[in-house]
Amino acid sequence: MTGGYRWPSALSTIARMTTILDPTDERVPVRRHLAVRPESISGVVGLLNITKPRGDILIGQLEARLRERLPNVEFRGYAKPTFTKPAPLDLRQKIAEECNFVIEALAD
Amino acid sequence: MSLPAFTLTDLTGAERSFPTGRHALLCFVKEDCPTCVLSMPLIQAAAESFGESVDVWCVGQEAGGNARLAERFGLTAPMLDDTALHVSYRYDLDTVPTVILADGEGAELERFVGFGRDDWQRLFQRLITLSLSPAPVVDWAAYPESRPGCGSKSVEPGIAERLAAEMDGSAMQARRIEVGESDDILEFMFDQGLTDGLPVVPPTPERVARMLTGTKRDPREVVATVPPNMAPLTVEKVAINAVMAGCKPEYLPVVLAAVEAATTEQFNLHGVLATTHFPTPVIIVNGPIRERIGMNARFNVLGQGNRANATTGRAVQLIVRNVGGGRPGEVDRAALGQPGKYTFCFPEFEERSNWEPLHVERGFNRDDSTVTLYAGGAPNPIIDQLSRGAKSLATSYGLGLAAAGHPKQYGHGEIVVVVPPEHVDTFAKDGWTKDQVRARIQEVTAKPARELLRDDFCAEGLTPAQAARIGLDTPVSKFRNPAEITFVVAGGPAGKFAAYLGGWVSGPIGSVMTTVKIRE
Repeated sequence: MTGGYRWPSALSTIARMTTILDPTDERVPVRRHLAVRPESISGVVGLLNITKPRGDILIGQLEARLRERLPNVEFRGYAKPTFTKPAPLDLRQKIAEECNFVIEALAD
Repeated sequence: MSLPAFTLTDLTGAERSFPTGRHALLCFVKEDCPTCVLSMPLIQAAAESFGESVDVWCVGQEAGGNARLAERFGLTAPMLDDTALHVSYRYDLDTVPTVILADGEGAELERFVGFGRDDWQRLFQRLITLSLSPAPVVDWAAYPESRPGCGSKSVEPGIAERLAAEMDGSAMQARRIEVGESDDILEFMFDQGLTDGLPVVPPTPERVARMLTGTKRDPREVVATVPPNMAPLTVEKVAINAVMAGCKPEYLPVVLAAVEAATTEQFNLHGVLATTHFPTPVIIVNGPIRERIGMNARFNVLGQGNRANATTGRAVQLIVRNVGGGRPGEVDRAALGQPGKYTFCFPEFEERSNWEPLHVERGFNRDDSTVTLYAGGAPNPIIDQLSRGAKSLATSYGLGLAAAGHPKQYGHGEIVVVVPPEHVDTFAKDGWTKDQVRARIQEVTAKPARELLRDDFCAEGLTPAQAARIGLDTPVSKFRNPAEITFVVAGGPAGKFAAYLGGWVSGPIGSVMTTVKIRE
């Protein structure tokens, strides 16, 4: 064949690999499963207010409704120091120690 | 100093290992270097005279050239093949010829580069003493006094980066990802979720190695912990993302300083990212590095078109995404976001200001280069084309700023106002300081608390309890602390258009503006 089309060399050779460096943190995310949901609610229910505006109203309403339905359950209130940051470790530990359940409420 | 051990093959294919247990003279050469060619007869003379007790070796940098050199000069000394340049790289060569004398354990005794008649004569004297051999016959008068050498192949552009990337002991630790050539690498990076929605430069080991030349810091050094995943961030990971963003190596110190500032406790990057609000790390650069890396402080300063501005800010965003794991709709919960979340980085036009530049105001020296990070929103205009005096202009600033966020939301925290050169001149004409402008803003925005009450007209504003505590007739100013009004001078020569960059929750419960010195 003369004067015909010439294949670009890249296509006529075995494909080469390009190497790039991983820009991520390379950590495999931990798969988390929801905790087992119990049949009934007993013990202590924590109510965590993240301190957004009107969070207190939402938590208050929630507590009133739940008290009607769950007269034998104790409710305890907690609040994050600021909604802009994750809850501090000691608060998370306190809730884990003191409560069987926790409800975290956003608002605005 | 002990030299790295190595094993290379000579022209017969035999392996030669260093150190040898005897004194060794290592002569690194390449054929296309005239100074190497000039030195070859002396290397051969050394081999003939001292070869009984000293291992005289040539280390050639290119196989074909090695063989031709050996033949042309009737070389009896072994010619070792360092075509891979690994030995040249580990020996940190800049120049060929490089001549190194080592003892039997591989400790370096002497090294010179290029050609120096005195160097060779002194070396021969030393070898005579060491070997108790007679002096070689050399017509020294036929040699020039000195000749500079040539660049070692191991430092040629493109090769140096490859070597840095592939060498054992290379500090680059990141996982290598192989992408088949039939795959489009740009598409691959989109598919892997590694981009901000725009194409990125593939971070090949060579490019990353070149990027790392922008800093003296160890690639393995952990610079910061990046939220939301609280992932350790190494200098290498910063460099990888800087490559992707399109940075040049000289921008790397700015990116490093910016991530250090962003990841401080007080800047609260987690909150800046996770909020449904608008903020993004706005990076304001001060000091000599602005000019050195070619940042744009003038026309269209907050807009597109300048590589240093654009890619430096983008690199920080890519780090948050790729290392921190902060992605829109995941931990980045912004309702609307803003275009500055692609990149938001600009320098102050210090030379065009009568005021102290931002970093000096914040306690640094004028000669320091710094980044100041502010959790800021998109630019909002303050248009004043008619004021011919400072007071009127400052009044316009106050009237404009009163609407920041919402006209009835007062007690505002940090805000940044970008002041264009024409407004600088108007303030300068009357000799107004920044504090005078701040005071005027507070004065103009002041309203009795009753006007800021939540009401049927507009539900936003003070609660009755808050207003009562303040006093219904007590004037309230927009900003809770005028010192948190920050002025940055920047922009093109004409246009009486300032801009404020909307704030977020500021102070200890939100984000605090943070300045970090750039380490070059």
